[in-house]
Formats: sequence, C-alpha cells, structure tokens
Amino acid sequence: MSDIHALSGAYAVDALDDLERRAFERHLAHCDYCRGEVDSLREASVHFSFLTEVEPPAGLRERVLAEIDIVRPLPPVVEPAVVTDLTTHRSRRHPRRRVAALVAAAAAVAVIGVGTVATQPWQDSSSPVAEAPTTGSDLADAVLAAPDAEEVHHSFDDGGGAVLVRSRQLDRAVIVTNDMPDPPTGKVYELWFKAANGALVPAGVMPTGPDNTVVLSGDATIASGASAVGITVEPAPGKSTVPTSDPLVLPFKQA
Amino acid sequence: VSKDEIVTGVSPSPVVGEGETSAALDLGDLLRASGRGDQAAFATLYDAISARVFGLAVRVVRDPAQAEEVAQEALLEIWKTASRFDSGRGSPLGWMLTIVHRKAVDRVRSAQASTRRDTTYHQQTQPVEHDSTAEAAHASLEARRVRNALASLTPIQREALELAYFGGYTHTEVATLLDLPVGTAKTRIRDGLIRLRDTMGVDQ
Repeated sequence: MSDIHALSGAYAVDALDDLERRAFERHLAHCDYCRGEVDSLREASVHFSFLTEVEPPAGLRERVLAEIDIVRPLPPVVEPAVVTDLTTHRSRRHPRRRVAALVAAAAAVAVIGVGTVATQPWQDSSSPVAEAPTTGSDLADAVLAAPDAEEVHHSFDDGGGAVLVRSRQLDRAVIVTNDMPDPPTGKVYELWFKAANGALVPAGVMPTGPDNTVVLSGDATIASGASAVGITVEPAPGKSTVPTSDPLVLPFKQA
Repeated sequence: VSKDEIVTGVSPSPVVGEGETSAALDLGDLLRASGRGDQAAFATLYDAISARVFGLAVRVVRDPAQAEEVAQEALLEIWKTASRFDSGRGSPLGWMLTIVHRKAVDRVRSAQASTRRDTTYHQQTQPVEHDSTAEAAHASLEARRVRNALASLTPIQREALELAYFGGYTHTEVATLLDLPVGTAKTRIRDGLIRLRDTMGVDQ
C-alpha cells in the first residue's frame, strides 16, 4: 500500500490539509478501492452523531427556511460530483489572506510562490518529452495514482504550499501547488530538477493561477534521480536555462 | 468517562435507527424532493436532522454562536446540492453530516490562531428533549453501542480518531499532539474507523 492509499481514513474525517486533500482527491478519481473505503469510513463516522445531538437554537429553523426561499437548488450533475463540489467550495474559502502574504513575501525575496490547478498540458522548449498521447492532466493523474508514488509535503509559513509526488516506475514527478500568488508582473515561475550532482536542470514553466497540478518536464532519469525541485522567478517568456534568482528548494521524499 | 458524558440526550434519528422508520420518513426522499425545490420537504428534513447537524457543529466548533452559523451554512449547502446526493455512495445522513463536518472543520482551521482552543470542552447548550421515553431509551441504547464500539479501539486509535473528528485537527497535528511519529496518526485514524465500521456494521 503506497502512501497515498493510507490517507483514506484521514480524508474521510477531514483530517488532511488542503494540499494532501487535493492530491488524494485526484487519486480517488482513479482508485475504486479507495473510493469505496472512503465511503464506508465516512458512513462509520456517522455513528458519532449519536453522541453529539444537541437541539439547535429556535431561531435557526426560521433563518434557514427563509434563506432557502431565495436560493435555487443546483441542478444535478451527471458526472460524479459530490467530492469535487465540496473541494471546490473549500479550497476557495480563505485563499486571499495567504495569497496576500505570499505576494508580499515574493516581492521581498524575489522568489516564492506558485499557484496551481492547471489541468492543461504545458510546453517548454527544454523538454524533449515524449509523453505523446497522454495529456498533462492524465499523466499527472497517473503519477498521483501510481502504486509507488512517493509524496512529500511542503508548507509555507503563511499557509500556501506544495506537494511533490514522484513515481519512479513512471519516471515522472508532479507538483501540486496551492494558494500561491501570481509571479511579479512580467515574470514567470520556472521549475527545476535538482539533479543528483547538484545541478539545476530546467523542468518547465508554471502556468499562472493560484492552484496548479503540473507534471515536471525533462529527462526521465533526471526525474527519478533528482533530490529536489527548485522554483525560481524568471523573466518572461521564461526559458532560462540557468536560474537567474535563488531557487526555492523543495526536496523530494528521501528514500 | 469524560467527553461522552457531556452529551446527555440522544434521540433516535428516523433514519439511522434500525428498522424503526417512523412514519415512513425517508431522508433520501426528502433530499430528492428538496433538490426539486420542495421547501416543505426541506422543512421536514430540517426537523429530522437539525439536532444532529447542530450537535456535530457545536462539538467541533465549540462556540454555540459560531456553530449556529456553521449549521446554517451547511444546511444551505445541503439545500443547494441536494440533487447531487448519490445514494450509491452512502446514506443520506452520512452525506449531509459529511457536509456539516467539513464546514465545521473549515471554521476551526480558519480560526486556528484565535480563541477556539481556549474555550472549554463543555458546552452551554441544551440537550435534546425526547418526545417519548421509548425514543430516549432507544437513543441511549444506540449511544451505548457507539461507546462500546469506541471502547474496543486501542487507546491511541480512539484518541487519534476523536482528535481528528471532533477536534478538527489534521493527522499531522494529531501525530504531534499524541507524540506519534509523523505518518502514523493517519494509520491510527484509518484503523480506528475501520474498527468502528466493522463493529457497528455499515448497514444503515
């Protein structure tokens, strides 16, 4: 059982942080076993409600009924949507504060940040990647769901952060970022693999946006052997082959 | 006996109770009708679940005023998304309480640094009044089954699960609180839930 499967219980009782939750939900989309387990464990947690019943204040009923009177129920979703729906809701809850803090930090340090939920594949001149028919999104899902996926979780002081997931079987790594600000105007975030010899090897450019899931590009052996991922701020249109600022270094899980 | 004793009254839910579906009150039907905009159905639904909704919210959030806000938000969310309930994945009550729990956890995490941790475990709220002694008897029986099931967990499993579920802590926070190696709390939580599930049965 890889790391990610073991999160089912914590997920069922909302005991994952935002980043882990996102990574796990991507995994859930592909793992029937975990989905079934999560459903059954959530159901088990319902028993707790026998221990906690408390009559609500009288005014609540009136307020709730008045509120629904002016709110239209959403239409059903044909795709499995309950989980997604909750996620979306939650991840939008407090992004602002963190982003503000991160932007300030980025301005001061010149490096930091990254945002993310780009499900589009993205291109980078430095990536001779032959992931032909696979879209970036599918590939990301494959890495996140890989049986040997190793996950390591980096959080920043103000609440933003990133999860690195690597599958050596697939020779691929994915970064899932959360609540990150845009780079300074006219700049981009560039990703790097820190190779075994310490060299920084270009691994693509981050898309813009606060939340992204991105497959790092580059040579497969480098992805497998890298000790860390670096993020730098580079002048647009990017494509720097050498970092021009100090990287924010996020180590992979140590073997 | 400690935390559990705080909660005195537990009424039988028309749904979760075994076999005694009072007056054919089916939460699934009420949810589906709500999804079509049936406000009367939602009012009935409210009466059936509000004590569970509020009770869970107040247990996690602690502050009754905030718990009320959380309950209101969650109930509105239930109204809005009722048509998305998928009976293939669990019970109506399970689905609704999942929404409530998520909202409650969101609330405490967003207020992390502030007052919540200072408030006491005890609540200034009213226990549920039962309409009949039969209901009350059933309720205490069910609560006892749950407590027995919890008692069958290892102390670490139980503690980890309660900190996660009622405390709203992440598994890494739970690990720290219980002085466990990082990465083991999630296993304890999972093991505890599996035990709870298997002991109680999932046949709701």
